[in-house]
Amino acid sequence: MEALLPLFVVIPLGFAFITALLGRYIPLFHRIAIPLVFLFLSVLSVWMMANLRETVLNYMVGGWEPVNGIPVGIHLSADGFSVLLLVIINSLAFLSAFYSYAYIEQYTSGQYFYALFCLMVAGMNGVAVTGDIFNLYVFLEIAAIASYALVAFGIKKEELEASFKYQVLGGIGSLFILFGIGVLYWATGTLNMADIHKIIGSTAVSPGIVFAGVLLLAGFGIKSAMVPFHSWLPDAHSSAPSPISAMLSGVLIKSIGIYCLLRFFFNIFTASSQVAYVITTLGVASMVIGAFLAIYQWDIKRLLAYSSISQIGYVVMSAGIGLILLCNHGDIHVAALAIFGGIYHLMNHAFFKGLLFLNAGSLEYRLKTRNLLKMGGLASSMPVTSSTSLVASMAIAGIPPFNGFFSKLVIIVAAVKSGFYGLAIIAVIVSIITLSLFLKFQRYAFYGKPSESATTEKDVPFSMEGTMILLAVCCLLLSLLIFPFFRNLILMPAVHALMNATI
Amino acid sequence: MVLFIMCFILFLVGLYGVITRRNLIKIIIALSIMEYSLNLFFILIGYRKGGEIPILKDAGAVPPVVVDPLPQAMILTAIVIGLATTALLLAIAIRLYRKYKTFDVSGINALKG
Repeated sequence: MEALLPLFVVIPLGFAFITALLGRYIPLFHRIAIPLVFLFLSVLSVWMMANLRETVLNYMVGGWEPVNGIPVGIHLSADGFSVLLLVIINSLAFLSAFYSYAYIEQYTSGQYFYALFCLMVAGMNGVAVTGDIFNLYVFLEIAAIASYALVAFGIKKEELEASFKYQVLGGIGSLFILFGIGVLYWATGTLNMADIHKIIGSTAVSPGIVFAGVLLLAGFGIKSAMVPFHSWLPDAHSSAPSPISAMLSGVLIKSIGIYCLLRFFFNIFTASSQVAYVITTLGVASMVIGAFLAIYQWDIKRLLAYSSISQIGYVVMSAGIGLILLCNHGDIHVAALAIFGGIYHLMNHAFFKGLLFLNAGSLEYRLKTRNLLKMGGLASSMPVTSSTSLVASMAIAGIPPFNGFFSKLVIIVAAVKSGFYGLAIIAVIVSIITLSLFLKFQRYAFYGKPSESATTEKDVPFSMEGTMILLAVCCLLLSLLIFPFFRNLILMPAVHALMNATI
Repeated sequence: MVLFIMCFILFLVGLYGVITRRNLIKIIIALSIMEYSLNLFFILIGYRKGGEIPILKDAGAVPPVVVDPLPQAMILTAIVIGLATTALLLAIAIRLYRKYKTFDVSGINALKG
C-alpha cells in the first residue's frame, strides 16, 4: 500500500501535461478523461482509508534508504489525517471536474483549465502525503501558483485584479513559510518532520524555534485566510470560475492552510499553551468577523467566500481548544472530542461549501449575474439548483438532519466541557448569524417576486445537476459519521494521528 | 550574526515596499527583494567557516570542513519557484495595464468591500 502514495502526485501531474498537449487536438479528451482520473484517485484514497486504520505509511521515493537513521531523498508519509485529506481533495476534485464538463463551455481553451486544475490537485495531494517540510513548501507553491492562474482564468478586469491581490498576499505568505522552514532547518539540522519533532522534543525551547513558529503561524494564517490576513479571500474566491471557487474554498484553504497549520503545531513543534491560545483567538476572530462581513454582501459568491472565513474559524477554534487542553494536561477525552469536532467540521465544510459554490455557479451560468438583488422567484424554474442549495444552506446553518448540525454540536459540546463557556456561546451566536445569512440567500435568489431582468426557463445541464445532487446526498450521508462505527473508521484515525505526537 | 540581521532587515525592506508602494511593478520588485533576502539567508545557513565545496575530489579523501550542500539545493528549487511566481505576476500586471491603462493601484479598484 505504501507504493501507492506517489501515485496521488504523479497521476495528476502527468495528466496536467498530457491535457495541455493533447487537449488541443482531441476534442472532449480533457473533459472526459480528467473526471475519470479524479474518480480513480478518489476510489483509491477511499480504499486506502478503509485499509489504513491506525498505521503510518512511509515510502522512500527511488528506494533511498535512511543513512544512520537519517532519511535522505524524498520521504512520503501518510497517517490517518493525510488520508482523510486525500479523500476530501480527490472526491471534491472529481465532482468539480465533472461539473466543469458543461460549465467550461463558456470559456475558450478549456484544456488549459483542466491542466491547471490537475496541477492544483497534484500540489494539494503532495502537501497531504509529504513527510518533509521543504517538499511541503514546493507542493504548496505548485498548488498556489496553479490557483493564482485559475483565479485569473476569465481575464476580465475583476478577475485579473483579484488574482494580482491574491498573488501578492499569497507570495508574502509563501515567503514567510519558506523563512520559517529555513529557521527550523537552521535550528534542528534536518527537514524530516518526524526527525524535527524528535529533536525539538529532546532539547530545551530555543528562541530560533519560537521564531520559526511565529513565521509559520503568520504564513499559514495568510494561506488559510484567518481574520487579520483574510482580505484576499473574498476577491479571489468570488472571481474564479465556479468549480474552482468550490475547490479553493472547499479544499485549497484547508489543505495548504489548516492542514499544514495543524500538522506543524500538533505534530512537529512541542505544543505550548501560548501558541494554542493564539490559534484559538485567531479562530474565534475569523468566526465572528467573517460572519458579520458576510451579512452585507449582495454578490452571492462574495457572501459565500466571507462565510468560508467564518466556518474555517470554527475548525481552527475547535482545534485550538484541543491544543490548549493537551498543553495544560486537561482531560484527554475532551481534547479528542474538540479535535474530532474540528476535523469533522473541516470535512463537512468541504462538501457543503463546495455545493453552495456550485449552486452559485449554476445561477451565474443561467442568469449571467451574481447580484442577489437582480434575482428572485427561481425556485420554480430551477428546481434542482433551488432544492440542493436549500440542503446546503440548512447544512451550513446547522439544521438537524444534515452534517453541519452534528459537527457544530460536537464543537459546542467540547467547548462547554472544556470550560470555555464564552466560546460556546459565541459559536451558537455565529451559527444563528449564519442561518440568517443563508435565509437571505434563499429568500432573494429562489423565493419572492420573480425579477424581470434575470429569468430563465430551464435548469442547468445534466452534468451540473448530477454533481449538485451527489453533493447534496453527501451532505446528508456525512451526518452518519457521528455514529461510532463510521466515526472510528473514518475520523478517529485522523484525530489520533494529530494527538499521538503531542501526548 | 550581523549578516543574519542584515538579511532580516532586507526581508523587512521588501515587506515595507510591498505594503507601501502603489505601483504594480514596484510591488513585484519588492516581492523579489524579499525572495532574494531569503536566498541569501539559506546560503548563510549552509556556510561553514573555512569550508570547502562539498564534492569528493579523490576517492576517500573527505575535506575536514565542508559547507552544507542541502540549503544550496533547496535554494535552487526556491529560485525556480520564485521565477514562476514573478513571471505570472508580471503577466497579470501587463494584462491589468491593458485593461486599466495604468500601473497605479489606486486606479485599479473594481473590487471593493
